[in-house]
Amino acid sequence: MVAETPLNVVGTSVPRRDGLGHVTGKTIYVDDIKFPDMLHLKVVRSPIPYGKLNGIDLSEAEKVPGFVRALTHRDVPKNVYTILTLIGVQPDDEPVLAVDKVMYVGEPIAAILAETEEAAMEAVSKVRLDLEPWEPVLDVEEALKPGAPIIKDWGTNYFIYDYEYGQANECRKVRLGDVDKAFEEADFIVEGRYQTKPIEHAPVETTGCVAKPEPDGRFTVYTNTQALFFTLDNTALILQIPFQKLHFVGGTVGGGFGGKVDVIVEPLATLGAMKTGRPVKYRFTRDEEMRASSSRGAWRMYFKDGVMKDGRIIARKVVTYADSGAYHRHTPYAVTKHAANVAGPYYIPNVWIDVYCVYTNRQPGSAMRGFGVTPASFAVEVQMDKIAETVGLDPWAIRFINAYRNGDIRPHRKVVDDATLIEVMQAAADMVGYDLPDEYRQMSSNDREGGNG
Amino acid sequence: MAKVRGVGIAAVNYPTGMNLGGDPSQALIHATTTGNFVISLSSTDLGQGLKTVIAQIGAEALGVPFENVLIDTADTDTGPHCMGTFASRATHRVGNAVIRAAQEAKRVLLEVAADELEVAPEDLETDGQGFVRVKGSPDRSISVIDVALAAHFKYGKTISGRGMYIKPKSEVDPETGAMDPDSAEAHACTVAEVEVDTETGEVTVLSLKSVYEVGRQVNPALVEGQIRGGSWMGMSHALYETTHPYYPTVDHMPTSFSEYLMPGPMELPEIEMRVLEYPSHTGPYGVKGVGEMTANSPIPAIANAIYNAVGVRCTELPITPEMILRGLEEKQAREAMPAD
Amino acid sequence: MTAKIVSFNLNGRDVDVMVKPLTTLQKLLREDLGYTAVKIGCKQGGCGSCTVLVDGEPMMSCLLPVEDVAGRRVTTLEGLAQGDELHPVQEAFFENYAIQCGYCSPGMIMVSTALLEHNAHPSREEIVEALSGNICRCTGYEPIIRAVSTAAERMNGNGSR
Repeated sequence: MVAETPLNVVGTSVPRRDGLGHVTGKTIYVDDIKFPDMLHLKVVRSPIPYGKLNGIDLSEAEKVPGFVRALTHRDVPKNVYTILTLIGVQPDDEPVLAVDKVMYVGEPIAAILAETEEAAMEAVSKVRLDLEPWEPVLDVEEALKPGAPIIKDWGTNYFIYDYEYGQANECRKVRLGDVDKAFEEADFIVEGRYQTKPIEHAPVETTGCVAKPEPDGRFTVYTNTQALFFTLDNTALILQIPFQKLHFVGGTVGGGFGGKVDVIVEPLATLGAMKTGRPVKYRFTRDEEMRASSSRGAWRMYFKDGVMKDGRIIARKVVTYADSGAYHRHTPYAVTKHAANVAGPYYIPNVWIDVYCVYTNRQPGSAMRGFGVTPASFAVEVQMDKIAETVGLDPWAIRFINAYRNGDIRPHRKVVDDATLIEVMQAAADMVGYDLPDEYRQMSSNDREGGNG
Repeated sequence: MAKVRGVGIAAVNYPTGMNLGGDPSQALIHATTTGNFVISLSSTDLGQGLKTVIAQIGAEALGVPFENVLIDTADTDTGPHCMGTFASRATHRVGNAVIRAAQEAKRVLLEVAADELEVAPEDLETDGQGFVRVKGSPDRSISVIDVALAAHFKYGKTISGRGMYIKPKSEVDPETGAMDPDSAEAHACTVAEVEVDTETGEVTVLSLKSVYEVGRQVNPALVEGQIRGGSWMGMSHALYETTHPYYPTVDHMPTSFSEYLMPGPMELPEIEMRVLEYPSHTGPYGVKGVGEMTANSPIPAIANAIYNAVGVRCTELPITPEMILRGLEEKQAREAMPAD
Repeated sequence: MTAKIVSFNLNGRDVDVMVKPLTTLQKLLREDLGYTAVKIGCKQGGCGSCTVLVDGEPMMSCLLPVEDVAGRRVTTLEGLAQGDELHPVQEAFFENYAIQCGYCSPGMIMVSTALLEHNAHPSREEIVEALSGNICRCTGYEPIIRAVSTAAERMNGNGSR
């Protein structure tokens, strides 16, 4: 869909459509929405990372003036779910409200509905939990060792891939050529271990929604989700109601960055509206947004590269452990995306990639700006500098020599057809006044006739 | 004890679209009686300006002024399905859906105009200023408003269109990992200059100079917004942020902005940028997508610049002053060891 | 605790409100009086998105009891534009794309307006310092700094240092 005629509007810096609303404060966000008789929902959360939940005592909470009702797992029609069920990922693993165990600090155990936010918070503080702590599993490699406590109900601490092919693979695999043979031929072996710690999306607007019963028996949910239908469909599945009962309204989000795709607040708020017949607002506090909402998960990557004297990388082996935290959320998907990108934008004829999706007793990781590729790019580019130093070339040279061209095959066997890495590097060298040697100046993404495909 | 400067580079790719595809978006366009065009969607604007960008694409594809294109989003009763705004997919997928819907609507627009002007539809073009005119004879024209009125009240035709874009879902081979994960690859190269204080371990990012190749910029000011915001977020990810300061333990997790560190305007580096456009085969007007890539390339560029400055190879994020000081100590200890 | 009446001036109008003691100004303005441009970002004084002006000084309304503004002049973003004419700071934010998701914008605009009332030609360092209590997650701050400079020039001529 490339333009043949000159473009009139595309390519021009027109002012923001919603700019005036933003500078006058008239833009309406979810938290600005309220209705008469609206209830506030606050959640009782686990104070421990892993343990047995023996009981919930609501008796003191119920006495708080303004308390309306509590929700526990018994109130949720399909309590155990996974949001990726919509793209065929199994099994269901995450409870809306905890049943008989807790898997991370901050896990929802019960929901309190009250007339005011203060009453809801006070009632939450008065809920007594009968918890028996267990030793949490926190390190991704420890979690995979034989004899490690298994924290997931299906019997492994890793996500099982390829069950749709009748297989049970412990990781996502990419294989091209023969890395072991190439390592023997290589002049240098360069290894590296890379670790990214979890971070938070920290949008200035926290996650939230208002669920409102309508006179015709439907529910309107005002939400700042990044994905309306994805959230509607999952909510309907969790609440076991016909999809047409739900009407989701949104589209104006105060910062998302991937943190508002987890279908976290809508099911409980809608359930509360169903049970009470009143509008329900469920909005995360900043503390909840930091500690209970999903994070960018941690990634641990081990690289082993075989490199020739002239700087060509002829083999790359990567083993990655993705820390999914307590539940799937979107990590099984990110693992595949990471596998498609962790060899980097370089032509490498022999590649072995294993990416594990590992479960630990921490706040679940989920989508965040760059999902799966951010850690990969970090590791690849630091590794490239390491290789440059080992071989005795400068950082620009090592990248030009190995940059992929159109026609090259990538480790997942897709042929490159829109490479522009060489061109951006040439322009960047120009921009900073770095005098590129002629041989790199003359390179282009189209200079490999037929490519290495 | 000194402040030492260093330079580092990073070159990255970023894929467009939900991994493996299978993530459709739809758009519906209809003209009002007065020649305004409403694009109905259920897509979300996260603040990056999607509502503006989609109106631009719609205006371009319809051949009408930007002011006459209205975006109606997001409501699941009135907007057709969209997978969501994530994975740098929105401009690409929603843009393509809008172009297809616009093509259908424009066909009807030109048919009605052709009847009014008594020419063949192939002889007509839109001028982007609110008129439909005969190619080569610009004085023979009719306003879009008049075409819309005629369509509604004379011919009984709806000037409307439907559009849908999906990259079919790719399988993944269980043994080889063979797959088709994305619709396009955007690329970036960042050069970072830092100053490391060897006494405190603190890193000041002096500059981030980057080139981004994005296929096509729909709105250059908004692309710049992503570059500036992304550069800052990348710097923040590299040097400041974490929810788990003692990963893998869950101790001392931040609960507020006083504990969750992010750089402020005082820490801003000089940011220089250049945008290249090599239109993609699959994107609307060649768009690739830019929202995520901008936060990725600064991170390793900063890590590499630190190594260039002080010889400490930082392989964990965030890179803290403590990590740098320990690295300096270890480096000193290594250098002090007698050679074998 | 019994409610009490607090009188103050809000966006140019004298108001009398009845509040329970220690009700925050943020809660009063947003929930009781409908001034939703005052945002909730953290309720911890950490992000500045709740900033209002009290006698021209920027204050975090999430930390301010209503009693403390008795007899004083409170201004929210809603009180900035004169009829349908934008304040120069609002115009400058709009033109410089100093807004993305818009959630930090009310606070940023109030803080900037207060700065320019006191300092007709702030240097970049002074602008940066004035903004340092407000968090923006989207723009990377530079467009906001530019907007403030632009507004300063418009309001007070080109006397920048």
